[in-house]
Amino acid sequence: MTDLSVKINKLKLKNPVMTASGTFGYGYEFEDFLDLSRLGGIVVKATTSKHREGNKYPRMAETALGMLNAVGLQNKGVDYFVKETCPKLTKYDTHFFANVSDSTIEGYVEVAEKINELDYIPGIELNISCPNVKEGGMAFGTSCPSAFAVTEAVRKVYKKTLIVKLSPNVTNIAEIAKAVEDAGADSVSLINTLLGMAIDAEKRRPVLSTVTGGLSGPAVKPVALRMVYQVSKAVKIPIIGMGGISNATDAIEFLLAGATAIQVGTANFIDPQVTIKIIEGIEDYLIRHRIKKVTDLIGALEV
Amino acid sequence: MRKVIHSLKVLENKSAGGDNFTLLLEAPEPLPTITPGQFCEVKVDNDPTVYLRRPFSIHNVDYKSNTITLLIKVLGKGTAKLSGIKEGDALNVVYPLGKGFTISDEPKVLLVGGGCGVAPLLYMARVLNEKGIRPTILVGGRTTVDVPRVEAYKEVGETHVATEDGSLGEKGLVTQHSVFKSHLADFKRIYTCGPEGMMKAVAKAAEALEIPCEVSLENTMACGIGVCLCCVTETKEGHKCVCTEGPVFDSTQLNGWNIDKASTCSKPYLKNE
Repeated sequence: MTDLSVKINKLKLKNPVMTASGTFGYGYEFEDFLDLSRLGGIVVKATTSKHREGNKYPRMAETALGMLNAVGLQNKGVDYFVKETCPKLTKYDTHFFANVSDSTIEGYVEVAEKINELDYIPGIELNISCPNVKEGGMAFGTSCPSAFAVTEAVRKVYKKTLIVKLSPNVTNIAEIAKAVEDAGADSVSLINTLLGMAIDAEKRRPVLSTVTGGLSGPAVKPVALRMVYQVSKAVKIPIIGMGGISNATDAIEFLLAGATAIQVGTANFIDPQVTIKIIEGIEDYLIRHRIKKVTDLIGALEV
Repeated sequence: MRKVIHSLKVLENKSAGGDNFTLLLEAPEPLPTITPGQFCEVKVDNDPTVYLRRPFSIHNVDYKSNTITLLIKVLGKGTAKLSGIKEGDALNVVYPLGKGFTISDEPKVLLVGGGCGVAPLLYMARVLNEKGIRPTILVGGRTTVDVPRVEAYKEVGETHVATEDGSLGEKGLVTQHSVFKSHLADFKRIYTCGPEGMMKAVAKAAEALEIPCEVSLENTMACGIGVCLCCVTETKEGHKCVCTEGPVFDSTQLNGWNIDKASTCSKPYLKNE
């Protein structure tokens, strides 16, 4: 019998396959397609202190093996999330993580404090890496002092598993990872989207209303893999790897590079059942290689 | 309404004139319940430059033969690839998606379609027929080949055509057609799908006469199931997802679709925007 379970801090996931924030809604949108209780974890759409309308349409551009988005953290605010959304999540046997974002440290702290009260949410993913908002978001995640400051402030009020989601739009992601580890993060997840751009040559205009947006999909996988590898050399806390993962082989590559768990994002749009196929594929790989525990793959890259 | 992912078998790929074609697709198990105006997301294989699924209105549904039909116009790489699909091939399709048209018992119904945007109106008309309602259908396009499947529409409703070059039906836009200009007030429900400019003109004319009007939007989208929030449209209640809260909306709920109250023109739909 193979053991697929992994641990993020003290939290045990039944397998290393999670879903990435902003690509899986609140989970129940996928109910017709798969049994959510089979997933290792679900990171729900970002929540901010106040309701946000997000950016103007158009917010999406398809690119070669990927897409750009500029949604801009559209959500109904933390109070709505706590009151209306969370009660719908309690019937599934998986871990739901809230993705927390805002434009000020006070805002991050407010959201984290309110979510700390929810028994059903065992952890949060602090989003200091959204490239699509004018204030906050990625601005916190692109310098060590600000990444440290927001993580430290949230750590003071948030008692459960604290994951910090890192931006790839930096010169040295390992330094940022180290800063948030020093500030008390239990785990880091990476990468958020890469800042990109698409142009409509016929119209001589940008495709996105915001001109630039975040690139995701298979196109970013090599960059993400490299960053997970670099961060794994710099920190001791578990890493959750993501960036273009579309099948079990992709997921295993991230584990070998040093990730403890992985998140599947944009691939959910192409195949709503892809997460289940990835879980089954990882199991097949372990059997085929006569490996008993998936944790034996973590950082097992032979260089 | 349950959504499914099916590998649908292509029974037929037929030209519908110009750049338009229809795909007749057979489901491997009984079809889910499909409402007119709902759509599907089709995976386009073997082309790395076509990454996302492509959304298409469901043109027709036949529960007896377990088939659906799509009416598609070649507009880009995805649709070009699909136009070459062969009988016997399989298509991976997620469906039925979104909120379709509201069906009422009102017998005086007008359906207005522009170009390939007529697609969902065939199934709509057939469902109305089952309720004993024969709708009036007004379809338009630049020239004859831009108005696909006119014969199919004639079977399900009293069909009128407008072409900008006058090559088929009356010359001009659908909003300049005699049925639209002289008899609009006879209708109690209007449903429209096609280019945004056309739908806005239809919606404003309907609003002026206080006739309920539903419009079907086709914003670019990724997921199709309301999680990526890319396809939003601005409504009176803020951003709404076209894929799940639409694609069909009551036109009065959309921002920028209403009559400009300050306008001095009493019949704004005659401005021919």
